[in-house]
Amino acid sequence: MTTETRSTCPYCGVGCGVVIASHAGQIVGVRGDPQHPANFGRLCTKGSTLHLTASAEVTRQTRLLQPMQRAARGAAPQPLGWDAALDGAAERFARVIAEHGPDAVGFYLSGQLLTEDYYVFNKLAKGLIGTNNLDTNSRLCMSSAVAGYKQTLGADAPPACYDDLQHADCLFIVGSNTAWAHPILFRRIEDAKRANPAMQIVVVDPRRTDTCEIANLHLALQPGTDVMLFHGMLHLMLREGWTQPGYIAAHTSGFDALQTLVRDCTPDAVAQVCGITQEALVQATRLFATSPATLSLYCMGMNQSSSGTAKNAALINLHLATAQIGRAGAGPFSLTGQPNAMGGREVGGLSNLLPAHRDMANAAHRAEVAAFWGVDRIPALPGKSAIEMFQAAADGEIRALWIACTNPAQSMPDQATVRRALQRAEFVVLQEAFAGTATCAFADLLLPATTWGEKEGTVTNSERRISRVRAAVPAAGAARHDWHIAAEFARRLAGRLGRGTALFPYETPESVWNEHRETTRGRDLDITGMDYAMLEATPQQWPLPAGATQGRPRLYEDGRFATEDGRARFAATPYRPVAEARSARYPFSLNTGRLRDQWHGMSRTGTLGRLFGHVPEPVVQMHPQDMALQQLADGDLVYLTSQRGSIVVPVAASADLGLSQAFIAMHWGPEYLGGRSSTGTALAGVNALTTPVHCPVSKQPELKHTPVKILKAELPWSLLAMAWLPQDEALHVRARLRALADALPFVSCVPFGDQGAGAGRTGVLLRAAGHEPPADGLLAQIEQLLGLSGLDTLRYADPRRGQRRAVRLQRTGEAAHVVGVLLAGDTRAEAWIRALLQDQLPAQDFGRQLLSFQAKAPVGVKPRGKVVCSCFGVSESAICDKLAQCSGTGEERLAALQGALQCGTNCGSCVPELKRMVRATEPVA
Amino acid sequence: MKKMKLVMVGNGMAGVRTLEELLKIAPDLYDITVFGAEPHPNYNRILLSPVLAGEQTLEQIVLNSWEWYSANGITLHAGKKVVEVDRTRRVVRAEDGTEAGYDRLLLATGSNPFILPLPGNDLEGVIAYRDIADTQTMIETAKTHRHAVVIGGGLLGLEAANGLMLRGMQVSVVHHGDWLMERQLDKVAGGLLRSALEQRGLNFLLNAHTAELLGNGAGRVRAVRFQDGREAPADLVVMAVGIRPNIALAQRMRLHCERAIVVNDTMQTVTDARVYAVGECAQHRGIAYGLVAPLFEQGKVAANHLAHHGIGRYQGSLTSTKLKVTGIDLFSAGNFQGGEGTEEIVMSDALGGVYKKLVIQGDKLVGACLYGDTVDGNWYFQLLREGRSVEQIRDQLMFGQPTP
Repeated sequence: MTTETRSTCPYCGVGCGVVIASHAGQIVGVRGDPQHPANFGRLCTKGSTLHLTASAEVTRQTRLLQPMQRAARGAAPQPLGWDAALDGAAERFARVIAEHGPDAVGFYLSGQLLTEDYYVFNKLAKGLIGTNNLDTNSRLCMSSAVAGYKQTLGADAPPACYDDLQHADCLFIVGSNTAWAHPILFRRIEDAKRANPAMQIVVVDPRRTDTCEIANLHLALQPGTDVMLFHGMLHLMLREGWTQPGYIAAHTSGFDALQTLVRDCTPDAVAQVCGITQEALVQATRLFATSPATLSLYCMGMNQSSSGTAKNAALINLHLATAQIGRAGAGPFSLTGQPNAMGGREVGGLSNLLPAHRDMANAAHRAEVAAFWGVDRIPALPGKSAIEMFQAAADGEIRALWIACTNPAQSMPDQATVRRALQRAEFVVLQEAFAGTATCAFADLLLPATTWGEKEGTVTNSERRISRVRAAVPAAGAARHDWHIAAEFARRLAGRLGRGTALFPYETPESVWNEHRETTRGRDLDITGMDYAMLEATPQQWPLPAGATQGRPRLYEDGRFATEDGRARFAATPYRPVAEARSARYPFSLNTGRLRDQWHGMSRTGTLGRLFGHVPEPVVQMHPQDMALQQLADGDLVYLTSQRGSIVVPVAASADLGLSQAFIAMHWGPEYLGGRSSTGTALAGVNALTTPVHCPVSKQPELKHTPVKILKAELPWSLLAMAWLPQDEALHVRARLRALADALPFVSCVPFGDQGAGAGRTGVLLRAAGHEPPADGLLAQIEQLLGLSGLDTLRYADPRRGQRRAVRLQRTGEAAHVVGVLLAGDTRAEAWIRALLQDQLPAQDFGRQLLSFQAKAPVGVKPRGKVVCSCFGVSESAICDKLAQCSGTGEERLAALQGALQCGTNCGSCVPELKRMVRATEPVA
Repeated sequence: MKKMKLVMVGNGMAGVRTLEELLKIAPDLYDITVFGAEPHPNYNRILLSPVLAGEQTLEQIVLNSWEWYSANGITLHAGKKVVEVDRTRRVVRAEDGTEAGYDRLLLATGSNPFILPLPGNDLEGVIAYRDIADTQTMIETAKTHRHAVVIGGGLLGLEAANGLMLRGMQVSVVHHGDWLMERQLDKVAGGLLRSALEQRGLNFLLNAHTAELLGNGAGRVRAVRFQDGREAPADLVVMAVGIRPNIALAQRMRLHCERAIVVNDTMQTVTDARVYAVGECAQHRGIAYGLVAPLFEQGKVAANHLAHHGIGRYQGSLTSTKLKVTGIDLFSAGNFQGGEGTEEIVMSDALGGVYKKLVIQGDKLVGACLYGDTVDGNWYFQLLREGRSVEQIRDQLMFGQPTP
């Protein structure tokens, strides 16, 4: 019989509650938790398919199921027992510490770990070993928001909450494609707009994202000019008398300096620098300042910047100056990218933090923590942040690295350095749930960790709400919980270091959490009033000190801030342009960001072919005019080159970008996008290009802006190979194909899925290109992996021309369907044969014409286009066809679409895109 | 004025086609006399296989009826084998003494099947496959006997085997090569052909070398023994291991012969300008053709020259092959084996039983080997003969003639 377990979604920071259905130790379904205050039962495309990522087939093919160890770098890892693995690791770490001191080791963790996991690791590094070299991928994600809050409001605490959406009269969305990155939050924004049509929404973003669909005003500012914009808005506010001098006088400090600073930020100058009109500037400023309640929502566009802290602070300045804070519907609300970046910081999981928002730099704080943990001292030497840590490893300073629950060989900027670090480090431990991440290839020791559906603990979402994470099924294989692995390792290491053996007595995550709770007593995030039992009942927001029964929905309502003097501090940081400006050599601004249906390195979302329906393959987007100038057509391969590296990727036109701008999704790491440079070095995916230059305060790298040049790649020989495969093989085959084609100048390898009807089937698509055809042997291997070697396969070969084609037909009586294809040499036929295969259209009439070259189908086959609605598998072409018959207002036509095709009626993630398509087509008169 | 005398030795397809061409352009130039060894008027030798297979009758394959000869004033000596020609007196003489003088002599003696020099090759039931008599023997034997062995897995052998099988015999094909029809097919196509024929019930012994034919004591063959000692029961042994040009007479006439009678581009023997030779007995530019298409082209040229037009020149022929076994489509032409300096385009549909190979040299199509789907055969053959560049249509070649 099926049991239901309440837990949370492991993706973005909205922190939706899920109800996991499991049967006989196997997860069989998932639905939104109707009681959870983050989502009230809703889930997005990613969340609603979570159970599919935990299927038996996916687990068998993608999970790391036992400890593995490499005898030598590059060698195939061999399984070993847990005790051997942990003893060996402790031995290596103890030796490095003995020979080179505690700062020769580093821990790189993840915003996807649970609070309990984090706490144990933090204590292990800073308490037991005595190094502050512990940082997490939150550094790439939230640290600028943290620094911004602390600089101005005094504490790392988002003062607002989701409920404020209902009370806001103006939403000011900056550097956030909420519609894609936080879909459920965007549903709530849509609800709020529906409930209060007068609500004004301003979106500030260089790109015209789907989030703009709901906006009254879109400021397409130049990349990295946010600070100038905010200073300019303050300039206008002062000029127009829209500030609140009373509030400023009563509750803030440092306004004079800021006032002087923004004097030069005239509308004229702002329009110049930001590339927006003065009218738009004035309108945005008026809305922000004069609306009864203005709520800012912001994300990576603000944080991933060389002036990330300044951007955050400059925006908060506006809230303070207009008193748009500490009230329902008002405040600066930073959205979190990861499910538990917040919790990580609560326990001090960054190189500059200590538990409960204490500061490494603060001697008193260090003493408190040392006393609490019962260790002699917490080292004063600040630890290395993510970028610094890998640089140190590359320089030989850090010799042993412990990586948990994250994939630096995919997600860190400047991959050349990251790879050098992973190669140079003497000992690399990777604690992972998935076996196929890029970082796995560099690890000496691989430790299998539990993941969603198997873990127990807590997470904190964007609105300071702590939820219980619960296990629905037992650990897969020999996997263990992250906190447990850390504790086991810590005990072994303590023995060898001859100290702190009693530091890690934990038996359950709850025992860890209780210790963590104690550290918060009297702090801004005091949660001494909570316990697991209370959280079981319902998720709670902090602070919730002892005695309290309810958490605080919003902070600073009394105008007292978390600073010594209780006054918020205005930050007077001048505008600085992006660290590396566009130049004649690198004339394009490369921006990176999320896709709607993927998440981070795709180790989880990448297991579902159906999630590739919306954006099937890696592409870099450019403005059509820029493409015309370079004589580039959709699908052409280009060399994307920055000062730090180069990749090859197909180009796609997008009018949503400004001129001289390019965009590529952050997800396309070496697991999916590869190739070889002319010198034979492997191309490392999107972050081969990005810059490690970071904000001096928050140390967060400028992932949102890299100057690149874009040149057409002349790779005349091309390959397209795709096939439907059995569920329990597809993902294996994908990984093997990716590895097999690794030597080619360009390769991209992705799964694809069966949308809507008969969903659940998985296929694999391999695209490659080169200067000349590869050895026939390679193509034969590819055919073999894709099941194209049998008698049921039609073949064509013209070796001199490098032409080779194979089409596998599944014949059922009279009918025949294409189930596998390989086109090598001339791949124009993809235009129609791909649709035959993916849509399983009848192919019996084509006969051997299936092997022909022409770009037009022998008889009419309609390319389906991308899938817009993942829930019901509704394709772009289907929607356009329907729209062509629709009449009436936009709303009416949208309703007609939803009525006829169901698209956007389940999770709603595609509604903004549907609206855009509706607007783009003329109604039938 | 008095007509010149034209005598033709050999009453086969090549010769008679020459006469037809001649009568078309110069009906009254010659008094024509024809000697034929077989007691039949000219028939279509190519269609003997359908006759054997029971798909056509002897009557249906006759090309020129007795009436045709008389209607055209041709004196026909059917069943009379010419044994001597006196080139000085310009007279031919048959076995029975019949004589005829000539001003022009046309030799169309064709070829004889090659009989392996094996012990027992004179036993009853050991035959070749060449003419109506052989065909009738096979038809009769099939009524009374069970086991047949065909030696030779070439075109003719397979057609014979197929026919005998259709007439109810258990047939084994003995072939010394690695695959069937190795002169017309490449290995792959040969393999497809073999499995197709095996499914129809034929039995194949490849790489098998016959040592001797064993008699049953009463003078009839009973089995075939191979060099490796194995035996196969055989009440009938058909040898289809190739043909030899029939040049005995020409040699006695002291005409220059190599493999066959050497002729020039007007089909005149190099030795004696009054004497022409066409068909399988003629060797032109080193080649003696065994297929019908070239022979007809030769006939046209010879007739043209006999008619004193003298403008026709024979330049040699490209040949193509089709197997006349119903339900098996197979075509090959030119240099389908490929090799040094050539490129190949191959298409296959194993389940559909289709295999196509095109051989390209430079920018020209030089060979084709089709199995299972031969509809484009004629188009390829045309491209072959025209020898025009296929560079522009190379990628379409395999998918049939582009419809303009």
